[in-house]
Amino acid sequence: MNPLEITLGHYLVVSGIVFGLGIAIALSKRNAIAVLMGIELMLNAVNLTFVAFSRFGSAFGPEPTQPLVGHVFVVFVLTVAAAEAAVALAMAVLVYRRRETVDLDRINLMRW
Amino acid sequence: MTSIGITIAFYALSGLSIGAAVAVFLTRNLLHAVIFVILAFIGMAGLFVTLSADFLAVSQVMIYAGAISVLLVFAVMLTPYASRDNGNSLFAPVGVLVGLGFAALIGFVATQVAWPVFSGSDLEAQNFTGTVRTIGGALLGGYALPFELASVLLLAALVGAIALVREDER
Amino acid sequence: MSAALDPIRTRRPQGDLALVVSLFAVILLIGGAAGVGYLVLSGSLDGRWYDFRDLGVGMAHLAEWLDEQNASQPAATRALLGDHWMSYLTTAVIGGIGILSFVGGVLLILIWVERRLIARIQVRRGPNRLGPYGLLQPLADAIKLIQKEVLIPEGADRFLFFLPPILVFIPGLLVWGPVPWAPNMAYLDLNVGVLYLIAISSLATVAIFIAGWSSNNHYALLGAMRTVAMMISYEIPLGMALISVVLLAGSMQLSEIVRWQAQHYAWMAFLIPFSLFTFFFSSTAELNRTPNDIAEAESEIVAGFHTEYSGMKFGLFYAVELGNAVAVAAFVTAFFLGGWSLFGLEAFIPGYIIFATKVAAGYFVLVWLRGTLPRFRLDQLMAFAWKYLIPITIAHTTLVAAEVTAMGALALPGIVELGTVALVNIAFTVWVMRRWARFLGYRPETERVMQPKLTTQVGGLHAAERMRGAS
Repeated sequence: MNPLEITLGHYLVVSGIVFGLGIAIALSKRNAIAVLMGIELMLNAVNLTFVAFSRFGSAFGPEPTQPLVGHVFVVFVLTVAAAEAAVALAMAVLVYRRRETVDLDRINLMRW
Repeated sequence: MTSIGITIAFYALSGLSIGAAVAVFLTRNLLHAVIFVILAFIGMAGLFVTLSADFLAVSQVMIYAGAISVLLVFAVMLTPYASRDNGNSLFAPVGVLVGLGFAALIGFVATQVAWPVFSGSDLEAQNFTGTVRTIGGALLGGYALPFELASVLLLAALVGAIALVREDER
Repeated sequence: MSAALDPIRTRRPQGDLALVVSLFAVILLIGGAAGVGYLVLSGSLDGRWYDFRDLGVGMAHLAEWLDEQNASQPAATRALLGDHWMSYLTTAVIGGIGILSFVGGVLLILIWVERRLIARIQVRRGPNRLGPYGLLQPLADAIKLIQKEVLIPEGADRFLFFLPPILVFIPGLLVWGPVPWAPNMAYLDLNVGVLYLIAISSLATVAIFIAGWSSNNHYALLGAMRTVAMMISYEIPLGMALISVVLLAGSMQLSEIVRWQAQHYAWMAFLIPFSLFTFFFSSTAELNRTPNDIAEAESEIVAGFHTEYSGMKFGLFYAVELGNAVAVAAFVTAFFLGGWSLFGLEAFIPGYIIFATKVAAGYFVLVWLRGTLPRFRLDQLMAFAWKYLIPITIAHTTLVAAEVTAMGALALPGIVELGTVALVNIAFTVWVMRRWARFLGYRPETERVMQPKLTTQVGGLHAAERMRGAS
């Protein structure tokens, strides 16, 4: 890849790195809120992929058959992310009220 | 050939996003992590701008940096006696390995596959007047049903969140 | 007006010098204005770069000239840097400097204006010692703030304590981007301008939250919680009010919204007065200004989220608040008061002067409110947002959407259409506001008093009690 010529591959690599970081954060953090941050980062990376494909694949081509479908999907992802964040954080607060902690290693009611 | 401005902006913004995401992983303080995650969101919005997605960039700032970050800080505030550190669990090495694996896989696929993309003059935004009209038309045209379902989802999330954390009157 | 009221200042130090300087300044101003006025009115400069009616035209010509210069550069340079880099860079720098200097100057002067005005409203004198009419007082304040020690409270998170003044300052400057000063004179004329404004203004919320949290102070934390709760609540009616504007104008671009109002000779304030009220009221909440300044209610929680900030850090918070107030006045002007248009007069008067005049008027109303109204209680304010403003704005937005659809279908002549819309909107608004207030328990019994009443049985207090009881 020519480093000065920004192509689809560049964006996909960035998206992949951020997605990997999101997975690492979501899997390895103890605090429920930090895990949620990781998940949001993963969703962000997916959004970047959608937009990049939309830009380089179809959007402004000579014959735009399905213009900006990727963008529409990103709108839905944003909606779902907002809903998910609200509910997940409400659950975190609820768990805190019951157990006085949001440490995922200590929320082990369903272990046995 | 992309213009030099786009190139510089791409490297700066992707560096910002990735650096902030790394900082979220490394920092020892939960609120610092929130700050860095907001920074990563803003870097992502900048990357959207380099992709001519004006509506999505602004929505990204509004929803992620404006709304979800406030939710995160609120959640941190409402759990006052929980630990404030951003510590790793015992599975941290596994998590890092899985993350590295995913990043490597996506990077490999991204660089090796010859994507059927437009390039050169086809890529230049011809008569680009913004994406808002097209997105609006698509949302209320072919995607009307998912759009309405999304509103139902948001309502359900609103009611659900309130019902979950509602304190009993008694 | 001041000489008769002023028993203290019997002797003016250097009065002659001040008189000479001010005379000189007045002559300069009048001469300059007359010269510009002659040039503009004589019509000899139509459309040329030094057309003072619209500085954007001059910038466009400059950009064109720079593009020509750019084209004559060697091909290698152009291949690397692109065909327009000179014009992009120059216009960006000039516009940025223009906005920065405007905001800076306005901040310096308006501190004095606001203090004087509030003093007048409260029958005081205000700052009047330093310089003529106390005009140098803001400078003295700034120097004092810079000299002060910046305290960091014990147990505070240093990194988080350091960030918020910067984090609130950046959005405070960014909101000035899309302001349409004249037909071709907007620095950042995004076609998602309205959304951009909402997004940028929501960024400050986190900064305020962090400021309160990191101060390690109960008052600061309480103030931050109040602020964030209020800002989140009032963002909804604010956005809904702007949706009505966008629906009518058919664009999210600020210059297009102003152009629509100029074309139809109809300000949004006439068509959707309720949106104007909602926007203005919600903005006072977003700005933490009276009547909605519970975030820093000094009689309750010292100074709210910036209790622990001293020196120039506090100065930054203060300056941002003031600058945001002016920005809100600018957006009220652009969205509701027709921006640079003045019923055809914009052909003669420079658009940015009309705009600035309207901004000054809007800012005066903000100061007036601050000097006049008492503060709401926290629960009253939240109840007002959620139980009163939001339901009515939703109904109002639906009505406006129906009207826009009907307008598109019927295609009547403009004046009939817009007149009907205005009448329907006003009637609907008055009816719904009264009905909903009744429904929530507001009893305007003071209008027809038959027998003595206790204050707790009357009016808004009663409604507030009912709201609290219902929740």
